[in-house]
Amino acid sequence: MIKLASEAEATLSSFYEEMRDKGAQRLRAAAWAAFSELGLPNRRVESWHYTDLKTAMSRPAPLATASHGALSLPRAHDSLRLVTLDGVFRPDLSDIARLPGGVAIQSLRGALAEGKLHVMSALASADIGAQDSMLALNAALMQDGVVIQIASGARIDRAIELATFTSAEAAQSTYTRALVMLGEGAQATLIETLGALTAAPAQDNSALLLRLAPNARVDLVTHVSGGVDQSIRIASLLAHLDAGATINSFALTEGDGLNRRQIFVRLDGEKASAVFNGATLGRGRLHADTTLVVDHAKPNGESREVFRNILDDQSVGVFQGKVIVRPGAQKTDGAMQSKALLLSEQATMNNKPELEIFADDVQCGHGATCGRLDKDQLFYLGARGLPRREAEALLIEGFANEAMEALEDDQLKAFLGERVSAWLSRRINR
Amino acid sequence: MLEIKDLHVSVGEREILKGLTLSVKAGEVAAIMGPNGTGKSTLSYVISGREGYEATQGEVRLNGENILDLDPAERAAKGIFLAFQYPVEIPGVATMTFLKAAMNAQRRARGEEELATPDFMKRVKDASAQLGVSQEMLRRPLNAGFSGGEKKRMEILQMALLQPRLAILDETDSGLDIDALRVVADGVNALRAPERAFVVITHYQRLLEYIRPDTVHVMAQGRIMRSGGPELALELEERGYQDYIAQEAA
Repeated sequence: MIKLASEAEATLSSFYEEMRDKGAQRLRAAAWAAFSELGLPNRRVESWHYTDLKTAMSRPAPLATASHGALSLPRAHDSLRLVTLDGVFRPDLSDIARLPGGVAIQSLRGALAEGKLHVMSALASADIGAQDSMLALNAALMQDGVVIQIASGARIDRAIELATFTSAEAAQSTYTRALVMLGEGAQATLIETLGALTAAPAQDNSALLLRLAPNARVDLVTHVSGGVDQSIRIASLLAHLDAGATINSFALTEGDGLNRRQIFVRLDGEKASAVFNGATLGRGRLHADTTLVVDHAKPNGESREVFRNILDDQSVGVFQGKVIVRPGAQKTDGAMQSKALLLSEQATMNNKPELEIFADDVQCGHGATCGRLDKDQLFYLGARGLPRREAEALLIEGFANEAMEALEDDQLKAFLGERVSAWLSRRINR
Repeated sequence: MLEIKDLHVSVGEREILKGLTLSVKAGEVAAIMGPNGTGKSTLSYVISGREGYEATQGEVRLNGENILDLDPAERAAKGIFLAFQYPVEIPGVATMTFLKAAMNAQRRARGEEELATPDFMKRVKDASAQLGVSQEMLRRPLNAGFSGGEKKRMEILQMALLQPRLAILDETDSGLDIDALRVVADGVNALRAPERAFVVITHYQRLLEYIRPDTVHVMAQGRIMRSGGPELALELEERGYQDYIAQEAA
């Protein structure tokens, strides 16, 4: 029944043996069975065609063992931070005492040990992303993470940051999973920070699961950074939106290594609204894959995706976006756009937008482009006195800004703007 | 101020300017008139340094200095300004961000202090009030979704802020209604000064009723065919360009 072939898959099997009795045995067993069936994705798996994970992961790094040192971690936001370090939730490094009323948190380990039905079923998230073997592997091997419940009607003013770092000196693997459940009408801003504190080639597989009750709202900013050429980072985002719920998200990907961000969203109630925007700043050999499936299951839903890939050197960008409109999801309004700017001859972009529409009264569109800096624009800026590299920087910044327009939080906008500027000034000064 | 001697310019394989000679003094407004397709825009591009416009022979000097080897930004810092016939839209770049970047880039290149934000804001506010450029326009991305008239006013606003020594206006009247034309011409006239020169490129005499030139030059077939005073523009209005086209064929 189980058909594990490669050496890599045998190593992963030993990880599963290590994790199988650490809570949620049935959930893990089902996930492992799914992974075993699918195996590590190679390029023949359509949704992984542009990211050859099987080759990259031919040697799974050992499972992380917790580090317990009192590290001082870089802090980029004025947020309530919850830290998962080297695969383990660290209350001692987190702002737990400062969490406001209406926010309840516990570690994933704690939640798995407790085994409350509604939490377990949300963690299992069996209905979306089921065909993805790396998400299944994440569920089978999940080490720790955080579970957050936000009470109905609660409005959390300060951003809650889910920071996942690795700090090992040698290669290691982490499998972390976070769950955020928002009660009816609850509102929160989340920051998802995924970073590496050392130059070791980490293999990180993280999942963030969002459950939005009717009329809940999440503003989410994801920032992926750090890593080295051999790093592998698979970050999945699963979101369930009930009626009238809203998610407005933006992700910035920079750093090095192989990155895959996969987003599975289901608009499960009427009039739900989802924005998934993002930008990639590619340099060196960064491989940045964004694969997105937006599933409109109910009528009157709205979804927007604006992605900008800025690719220099030999970096590779991938955008695969699929919008599904189920039968009966009438009056769905969807628009998806992916644009790439190639700054070097060796940079590559792969764009693959798809629509699967099974309802007849919908408005859905997509556009994908790929090009270089515009000569007319460069001349215009040059004629106004901007030296070539500065003119390029201004145009690149403008290109990235287009994906950030929907962001409402000025502080986060400023933070992202600074990241883009820092990336650009490195480009000007080299 | 501007001395062009026997200038030959090719775009790709094709020679567009074929031995053009022109001299413009400080304080002068020189009008260049001519039929379509005669190289007027090419002249504006080669003076401002556009890539792909290659001078194969001759020279262009600004205050005695040969500028043909300079890139567009270096020329801009030396005081050359081109008001584009078709101003370029730059989505994602806020107009104010652009204006500040341009002004400070030129100041840096000249070894001057960068403008402090309050000083910059005041300059923009004063200049935009004169040209009827609204605050709303300044908040939008540069030229994105602007009407033809708004784009041209934005060009003149930039000229007012950058205070060039030599301003080239390429068909600034195209696409303007009479009211917009008057606003733009007033903006140009307000900048006329003894130390500044203008090259006004136009197909029609109409613009010259609002911006009175000191000299008029007829351009055809890649050369200046005739030079004279303002009366030459009126003669062209009456007779058209037939004489100059015919001259070439003969």
